[in-house]
Amino acid sequence: MLLEKKSLPIKTSPSGEPGPAPERPRARNRFSKGRRISRKRSLTPLEYTKKRWFQATMWINLVFLYFPIITLIAFSFNNSRRNIVWRGFTLKYYVKAYNNATLFDAVINTLIVAGISTVISTILGAFLGLALSRFKWRGKSFYDSWIHLPIIIPEICMGVAMMAFFHTVNISLGLFTITVSHIAFTIPFVAIVIRARMAGFDFSLEEASRDLGASQFQTFMHVTLPYMVPGIIAGALLAMTLSLDDFVITFFTSGPGSTTLPVKIFSMIRFNVSPEVNAASTVLITVTLVLAASMMILQTKLKNK
Amino acid sequence: MVEKDVREHKLTASILLVPPSVWLIIFFTLPLVIVWLYSFGERGPMGQTFLSFSFANYLRAIQWIHLGILWKSIWIAAAATAICFLMGFPLALGLAFAPMHLRNLLLLLVILPFWTNLLIRTYAWIAVLRTRGFLNFGLEWIHRKLDALFTFVGFPDLMGTFQPLSLLYSNSAVIIGLAYVALPFMILPIYATLEKLDRSYLEASLDLGAGQWRTLFSITIPLAFPGIFSGLLLSFILSLGTYVTPVLLGGTDSMMIGNLIAQEFGPARDWPFGSALSFILLYVTFLVLWLRAFVSSRSSGIGY
Repeated sequence: MLLEKKSLPIKTSPSGEPGPAPERPRARNRFSKGRRISRKRSLTPLEYTKKRWFQATMWINLVFLYFPIITLIAFSFNNSRRNIVWRGFTLKYYVKAYNNATLFDAVINTLIVAGISTVISTILGAFLGLALSRFKWRGKSFYDSWIHLPIIIPEICMGVAMMAFFHTVNISLGLFTITVSHIAFTIPFVAIVIRARMAGFDFSLEEASRDLGASQFQTFMHVTLPYMVPGIIAGALLAMTLSLDDFVITFFTSGPGSTTLPVKIFSMIRFNVSPEVNAASTVLITVTLVLAASMMILQTKLKNK
Repeated sequence: MVEKDVREHKLTASILLVPPSVWLIIFFTLPLVIVWLYSFGERGPMGQTFLSFSFANYLRAIQWIHLGILWKSIWIAAAATAICFLMGFPLALGLAFAPMHLRNLLLLLVILPFWTNLLIRTYAWIAVLRTRGFLNFGLEWIHRKLDALFTFVGFPDLMGTFQPLSLLYSNSAVIIGLAYVALPFMILPIYATLEKLDRSYLEASLDLGAGQWRTLFSITIPLAFPGIFSGLLLSFILSLGTYVTPVLLGGTDSMMIGNLIAQEFGPARDWPFGSALSFILLYVTFLVLWLRAFVSSRSSGIGY
């Protein structure tokens, strides 16, 4: 009885009508064959994933998205200066990149900038996100669009603006200017993450804490902050990924001797394309992917809670 | 959640709001204001910038030579957007109706390249597109096989000798590179609207005898329009404001507005003109984003 009920839509649903013709007799046959009925389903018209054209576009898209990156990574292990033919596995370009002093300095600079800017922008972004989730005031929507500007304006505009600004106020370009700019464009991203986290927070918990005699500061430390922590970690990971990866703004705010890894990779690409660049790129890709993956895992865990 | 009025919590609100606001005023808004002021300024003989009030820089931007670059930026960005749409829309459509496990996996696969460095993603295309790159390698292989086939059938020399495509350092390479960078920005908004769409409309259309194509053009696309529009605009402004892609993949005639701005602030050292160009790009970006907000507010409910 149950089986018949389950398979009923196959027979009666007219939605099978525009589907492929050979499906219909098979659907009728299933009725006579008892248990196998419910196991196989007929192709409903909206199941695009089972269509050939979808599978074709999916593969074209995936090849388009992944072929360049995968070959780049693969050929960083290739034992040949000419990148096109595979001549066996080697790590010598990684050793070469490691021994390249300017490249090594660039990595150190990148880590310094990313470290400092992540700490400051996470604190400022957390303040901002908390305030946005908690308070309302006149002109908040305007304020809201204003703090989102660093995300939406073209990077080149922000890059040249920062450069012009530092020149005007007579600060010479270096690690300091890079860090300051990175903080400015990562604050909104952190604020968005924190705000999304705080959307699920029950603010009556704070009132309960105050009613029970805790001070405002104690309430923040013991009630609000513990709830914020996963959001703060996710925001910090995002800020760090963005800072490690940024090229355009860094390019315009960096001076001589303050090259970061993306800027160094850029100049290496422009002067000579060698597997050493592939090796350095692979290292940067791996670091950012690990950071991004841990952030995404953290966020899906938060959603499921 | 009830948002509290800021006037009742002045101290807390100011502790939270003042530090980030001050940072963003000094290190983001002030730089933009300076560039805006420069855009009305004049360039001194040594490349200095004098503040004045003239629209000369904006007028210079609409001279033929610069208008050509603006126009080229627009059509390159439009071509990249079109490629993104043709590739991204079918994928987003299939994705929105895919079973859950496949959907999450595919979404992850679409988002993942977004997390790799923009510069490196663009650099990766050099190895694909150059004269002795993977694309020509593949084409040459196909050419050889076809040639062998025709020789076997009895038509030797039908295919001629293989001429490698010189794609790298051209506008086509820039378009391909931009489409590559913008593809996730096309897929995600379209997917988001298609996923929220009420499927019974599509089923009704199919039940009432419309074919798949007719349902697609008369039901699915109109209903998903806010997402499609959003995806088109996002890909477009992202491509329009690019700097890296034309530098790495473009030829001598592939200069786009971002490169012109960089040139004015760099070697040409004409900051007022660069500032004016920078603000023209910003105004176009704002216009496009405003259009996007306008369309999604008009189509309430399923807007992205």
